[in-house]
Amino acid sequence: MSTLIKWRDGAASAYADPFVSLADDELAPDGDVIVSFARFQAEGDLLLGQHRRVGVRVCPDDPVEALAYDLPRIAVVALVFPKFRDGRAYSTAMVLRTRLGFTGELRAVGEVLREQAAFMIRCGFDAFEPADGTDADQWGRAARRFRHVYQRAADDREPAFVARLAR
Amino acid sequence: MYRYDDIDKDMLADRAAEFRAQCARRLAGEITEEQFKPVRLMNGLYLQLHAYMLRIAIPYGTLSSAQMRALAHVARTYDRGYGHFTTRTNLQLHWIKLRDAPDILDYLATAGLHAIQTSGNCIRNLTADPLAGVAADEVDDPRIWAEVIRQWSTFHPEFSYLPRKFKIAVTGAREDRAAIRIYDIGLRLHRGEEGELAFEVLAGGGLGRMPYLGPTIRRSLPVRHLLSYLQAILRVYNRHGRRDNIHKARIKILVASLGAEEFARQVEEEWAKTDKAAVDLPDTELARVRAAFAPLGFQSLPRVSTVFEAAKSEDRAFARFARNNIIAHKTPGYAVVKIALKTPGETPGDCSADQMDVVAGLAERYSLDEVRVAYEQNLILPHVRLDDAPAVYKALADAGLATPNIDLISDIIACPGLDYCALANARAIPIAQDIARKFAEPDLAETIGELKIKISGCINACGHHHVGHIGILGVDKKGEEFYQLTLGGSGADDASIGQILGPALPADRVTAAVDQLVGVYLRERQGEERFLDTFRRTGLHPFKEAVYVDAH
Repeated sequence: MSTLIKWRDGAASAYADPFVSLADDELAPDGDVIVSFARFQAEGDLLLGQHRRVGVRVCPDDPVEALAYDLPRIAVVALVFPKFRDGRAYSTAMVLRTRLGFTGELRAVGEVLREQAAFMIRCGFDAFEPADGTDADQWGRAARRFRHVYQRAADDREPAFVARLAR
Repeated sequence: MYRYDDIDKDMLADRAAEFRAQCARRLAGEITEEQFKPVRLMNGLYLQLHAYMLRIAIPYGTLSSAQMRALAHVARTYDRGYGHFTTRTNLQLHWIKLRDAPDILDYLATAGLHAIQTSGNCIRNLTADPLAGVAADEVDDPRIWAEVIRQWSTFHPEFSYLPRKFKIAVTGAREDRAAIRIYDIGLRLHRGEEGELAFEVLAGGGLGRMPYLGPTIRRSLPVRHLLSYLQAILRVYNRHGRRDNIHKARIKILVASLGAEEFARQVEEEWAKTDKAAVDLPDTELARVRAAFAPLGFQSLPRVSTVFEAAKSEDRAFARFARNNIIAHKTPGYAVVKIALKTPGETPGDCSADQMDVVAGLAERYSLDEVRVAYEQNLILPHVRLDDAPAVYKALADAGLATPNIDLISDIIACPGLDYCALANARAIPIAQDIARKFAEPDLAETIGELKIKISGCINACGHHHVGHIGILGVDKKGEEFYQLTLGGSGADDASIGQILGPALPADRVTAAVDQLVGVYLRERQGEERFLDTFRRTGLHPFKEAVYVDAH
């Protein structure tokens, strides 16, 4: 089991990851698994019927809206960053959280770097597999570096235009 | 003008602190240049041919005199005593040391300045009509909306890793002085049928390798929904813009490939699903920003100034300056004084630290503490009393800043080119200097009239060559610098992309070719025609014949 950073109530902590991320040609072992978007569409019902939690790995090209009716049964959506520069997953995360009402774990996988911590959290990610060796402490500090935000996103931070009303 | 409050200041301080920590990691060797690169780019720090270049944002081209002094201080202390104003109304310092960068950002932050989002694939520094709040043809002040967008786009979590850079321009006037058709998004304020304030929204304009003029995707957007609509555009682009080819990643390619109608339909569909109330600003915040731009400190003055009129009749040099560099202000008794950073023989857009201090002093004393930067790489003192104009002129002349050539042939836009830039194929500055020297004689320049020459050292088109009346593009031909000329471009209301004149010319033929083009214009022009008008009437033929006559 690999280490996973989770963001809960404004703090980052390391957890053992109970999920196994499967390749498409890999047989599913017992226990919690994360499968590709295509495999979930083919085998989702079967896997979910086997007393386990199931996550879906969504690549930037996958049409995430097609998951809408399955979201309540999906424990983890793992959004893939093929390159840190590929920012499509930020929009996917926003759509999942603010439009499709996904309340499960939203995990960032792929080229996930410390510099992106705050942006990811703001877009609704709450679990991370950093590719740059960042530990939970460093992740938390990077995420909290800015005292204010200017716009509303998928988190509960108060934007500047609201904070100003109280001043 | 808008003054940063505690929240805005905290933002800059936090950003500077973050960058200091990142620089320390780089200087200690904890991260590689490759890992550091995106971080420094997000702070406006480029590695160029000879040194680091710092690009400082000047949001919608507006500076207080204190901010101008801060720029002078940085140029003097950390660079070689000068800076370069760009077509995006930023200031570039070309000789920066990495170890100084955190100190520079700290210092700039104390003056409400920064280099945030002046690079990277994010929403870049905003530009607006340089005559905002000044021009009589304005329906609303575009700075209000530019500041609203500046805040919304700063560290936007969803839109900081777009397929490519993203630039927005705003105008509130009938005449487009912000070149909104060559922007990723262009916004034009107007009044709807019932008098309500609305935006015309253009998307998918841009220059570079494949120039496009942005089509209108929505005629009339209620202003209160600006941010939710921008979010919808950016979201469609972020999800569907190409990422496989850097040359096809700008929004213009997405809009062109889908067609403006289909792109607009997708934006509308996204917008319809958007929780607008969560994104759009409450009226209280819009009112707060609006109040910051309310005109303040104007006196009640007669429309005509006897001091100004007398100075014009007594001093021919001042009269010429007034003709070319001073325009009307909407407030009676006031004028807009344009400062051309285009002394023939000098680098277009360059300004010394001492000159910045002079401009700051004049702004403080004579222009309600305000300076503007125009995309033509010039400065503007926006609120000068006509009575004070002669004194302002004298001070500018003493500082070498009174070149009377606004919009004339020697008021040339040029990017830094191969003298500085790692992307360039050819030099732009020496070409600009040579042409400006050729037409330095003011009577000749005035006889030729409005003629906008724009020079880019490569196809990225930072010098806007596509929309120059005469555009000049540097190209590399087997290791030699050649220049391709285009005619008939315009970035104004009558926007158009220039047509290629003929085969590229060697560097030593460019000025002569411009002279030949001007000769054709002076021969062919009818009545009050500008160069552009004559070209549009006659077409390419007579111009082409004159320049390539030897080739026949």
